[in-house]
Amino acid sequence: MDPRPLHQWTVHQLLEGLGQGAFSAQELAQHLLERIQAVDPQLHAYLRVEPERVLAQARQADRRRRSGDRSPLLGIPLAVKDVLVTRGVETTAGSRILQGFVPPYTATAVARLEAAGAILLGKTNTDEFAMGSSTENSAYGPTRNPWNLDRVPGGSSGGSAAAVAARLAPAALGTDTGGSVRQPAALCGVVGLKPSYGRVSRHGLIAYGSSLDQVGPIAQDVADAALLLQIMAGPDPRDSTSLDTSVPDYRAVLGRTIQGLRIGLPQEYFTGGIQPEVDRAVRAAVAQLEDLGATVVPIRLRTLEMALPVYYLVATAEASANLARYDGIRYGRRTPAATVMDTYRRTRGQGFGAEVKRRIMLGTYALSAGYYDAYYLKAQQVRTLIRQDFEAAFQQVDVIASPTSPTTAFRLGERTEDPLQMYLADIFTVSVNLTGMCAISVPCGFDEAGLPIGLQLMGPHLGEERILQVAYAYQQVTEWHRRCPPSASPEQEQAARTRDSRP
Amino acid sequence: MTDRIRDPAAVLEAYRHRYQVVVGMEVHAQLLTQSKMFCGCPADYQGAPPNTHTCPVCLGMPGALPVANRAAVEATIKTGLALNCQIQPLAVFARKNYHYPDLPKGYQISQYEYPLCRDGWVEIELDTGESKRIRIHRAHLEEDTGKNLHVDGHTLVDLNRAGVPLLEIVTEADIHSPDEAYAFLTKLRTLLRYLEVNSGDMEKGALRCEPNISVRTWEQAARGEFGTKVEVKNLNSFRAVRNAIAYEAARQIQILEAGGAVEQVNMGWDEARQRTVLQRTKETSEDYRYFPDPDLPPLEVRREWVDAVAATLPELPDAKRRRYQAEWGIRAVDARTLTEERQVAEFFEAAVAAYGTQEGRPQRVAHWITGELFRLLYAEGTGQDLRQIAETKIRPEQLAALLRLVDEKVINLNTAKKVLEAMYATGDAPQAIVEREGLALVQDTDVIDRAIQEVLARHPEEVVRYRAGEEKLLGFFMGQVMRATRGQADPQTLRRRLVEKLTG
Repeated sequence: MDPRPLHQWTVHQLLEGLGQGAFSAQELAQHLLERIQAVDPQLHAYLRVEPERVLAQARQADRRRRSGDRSPLLGIPLAVKDVLVTRGVETTAGSRILQGFVPPYTATAVARLEAAGAILLGKTNTDEFAMGSSTENSAYGPTRNPWNLDRVPGGSSGGSAAAVAARLAPAALGTDTGGSVRQPAALCGVVGLKPSYGRVSRHGLIAYGSSLDQVGPIAQDVADAALLLQIMAGPDPRDSTSLDTSVPDYRAVLGRTIQGLRIGLPQEYFTGGIQPEVDRAVRAAVAQLEDLGATVVPIRLRTLEMALPVYYLVATAEASANLARYDGIRYGRRTPAATVMDTYRRTRGQGFGAEVKRRIMLGTYALSAGYYDAYYLKAQQVRTLIRQDFEAAFQQVDVIASPTSPTTAFRLGERTEDPLQMYLADIFTVSVNLTGMCAISVPCGFDEAGLPIGLQLMGPHLGEERILQVAYAYQQVTEWHRRCPPSASPEQEQAARTRDSRP
Repeated sequence: MTDRIRDPAAVLEAYRHRYQVVVGMEVHAQLLTQSKMFCGCPADYQGAPPNTHTCPVCLGMPGALPVANRAAVEATIKTGLALNCQIQPLAVFARKNYHYPDLPKGYQISQYEYPLCRDGWVEIELDTGESKRIRIHRAHLEEDTGKNLHVDGHTLVDLNRAGVPLLEIVTEADIHSPDEAYAFLTKLRTLLRYLEVNSGDMEKGALRCEPNISVRTWEQAARGEFGTKVEVKNLNSFRAVRNAIAYEAARQIQILEAGGAVEQVNMGWDEARQRTVLQRTKETSEDYRYFPDPDLPPLEVRREWVDAVAATLPELPDAKRRRYQAEWGIRAVDARTLTEERQVAEFFEAAVAAYGTQEGRPQRVAHWITGELFRLLYAEGTGQDLRQIAETKIRPEQLAALLRLVDEKVINLNTAKKVLEAMYATGDAPQAIVEREGLALVQDTDVIDRAIQEVLARHPEEVVRYRAGEEKLLGFFMGQVMRATRGQADPQTLRRRLVEKLTG
């Protein structure tokens, strides 16, 4: 049997082990819970772990397996970003205003994984309402990057990315509105997939930017990400924006040659403020794809510079309405006052953090009478231009390659005082959300400080098979995704345990 | 607060030569669908304990998403067609943003730039006998809010009503008197009830009406200008709408006549004091920041869908009215009365079908329904709701049978009225009642002759006077014989034989 400790196994490997009876779901859950207890105090990837519940579900999974149940994820513990509602388990979206909120229902994406036998291991940290690129905007304190505890894990799905990177969960769910799955995956050295808009149900995803939000898997490798997507994807009658098209068999493309596939290299994504090591690593990755038989085609995507401004108008406008429901009247935290209006003001004034307030104000402004045409409407028009820009590009190429993030993980606190600097972290990722396309980030190297670098592969709308095919082929010839941060290695774990047990 | 205007109608009349009243209406109608607009909760909330008809969607829970109710869209298309509107090929749900505790999401899902229906009209009949078209500006679909209940200084929120489908109908400012407003609402309610999309109950809040009222001088009217408009809320009956429009228009005229200016405000209707009262000033108009709801894809309404819905439309009141008049010779006033409620029209048509369409027959049925049967309906039951006709024990065929008994001289008209009452009370067939009560007219000439004989014997003096030429005494003799036969003598037979006896 594989000598590595169970936390280093991928989902596929764990499923094989569980299937062969090499270990039980309970043993696996117990191992991960102990590991979380030992390692997570340094990282703060999790907001909530309920060991009793996890173990009860694991025992249940073992019983099911003994009775012949072969559900595709039976006994696999998964971490879930805290913007996905989970029945009976407190869900806060990283916000004070939802403190104590226990949802009466479960998000479709999570429910489908659970129906496939997965176990909810815990809820992971996030920037408040998924608004941020570093997980520093969580009302419950930041998450740290497992590769370097002084660095951010990216965001907003920083908790999920850090958990998978540190092997505190075999895989996790994140959500991606402007890069929130891909960017933290890149900064933490794991795989993050943003499906096409409408591919995975948003029912139960606490809305930030409704026309941009998607649930996506964060995993150790492409095969695991494909497996989770396979189970989550598909139409949902509870989400009118979910697509009514059937879900292809994503696993069928894994291992298929990329010979002859055309990979676009957009000139605009390799200029300006990009970190030289990132530039080099991504170009090297593209060269490797060329070695595998792909054709590299230089392309132009001139709308890149418009993407961030459009994103920050569209997302914030939608957010300003989406967050109006948090008024302390029906659930969550209320700060009572003499009048209803004062109750709203105080509840929201105290319940929301600075970045959330900033975006609500931005969005409110963009929708206001007299400004709507100049901001919101104009942004929607430019959004159409961006989509046309990409559609034209996909006439020439099958997949577009770029860095996921212009830099590797930055230091905690480094950008918190400068929102614009923070927003730049998403410059390469937001277009995919604005256009409804899909994209995946895979590890493609490390910088000189030993921080991971991510390669982004973008595909057209419903082009998941192509990006998975290319990303999988890349991982067949590279080892980057197998590297673990020091804290995830057995020695480090031992050290952490020793530290913890010190009086 | 100013003094109450005692007789608003008199003010309007006195200044009719100088001012025109201008009213536009916003009507909200709850659609009679099984489930709410965007979730599966039951839409019928009447009588349900607070917050029991709710789910994550209509509670505005985090992560919950709306899914549009197809039946509500169809009801809107149906209504739009009946209102002669253009059904739009594309309708877009939009968010209307404002904060209030009865609005769970902090926005209401409505339609703004792209409503489902535009540019229609409703025909109303005026007292002069003329008809007039009130243009419909638009009709769109939205969701109702919950209700705030104020108890002991606390505000309680009941969200059973939140998310109930609501059809908003907006007219052009084509209404120029309180009576026209009343006629419009009556007609609109008739249509909504024909289509079975709305209950028409204003008292229960299923139908709500907010008139925008202004007045302008005829000179302004000629120039196409408008006066400052005032919106009146809290109107719970058609009569309240009529009275509120009269009051508000009179108030504005008085202000203008005193040299003042009308302020753009929201007024409420005080039913007890029969006057409008200031609710809030509109110094700054609220900015609802409408934008397309990203949770709901634009609604594509294909021509085939509209055609399919159109095929389900029942015959509408105007068409029925014209048919009654043209084909059956029904008097205009009766035709209008008979078509106001679909149940009445259906009863009428079934009775005519059973009775026959020969010359005069349909009008006779109409006469009996609008006269005797309505009298019975009004006398009992709740209010003056003529829809109860469908639940009475009298079947339309039985009414036809009753009229045939009259035609065949089995009973006279007065007896027929009594039989109808008995039918109303028991549901028995008229023949059975006539037999049981022995109400059939006496045709037997022996019986009639004997009664005549007795009457003439008792009044020899009158016989002499009649024979001397005082012929009006015939009526007196008729009456006496009728009384002797307890009203059952066939009047024609009686008359003939009486004249024979008196002159013979």
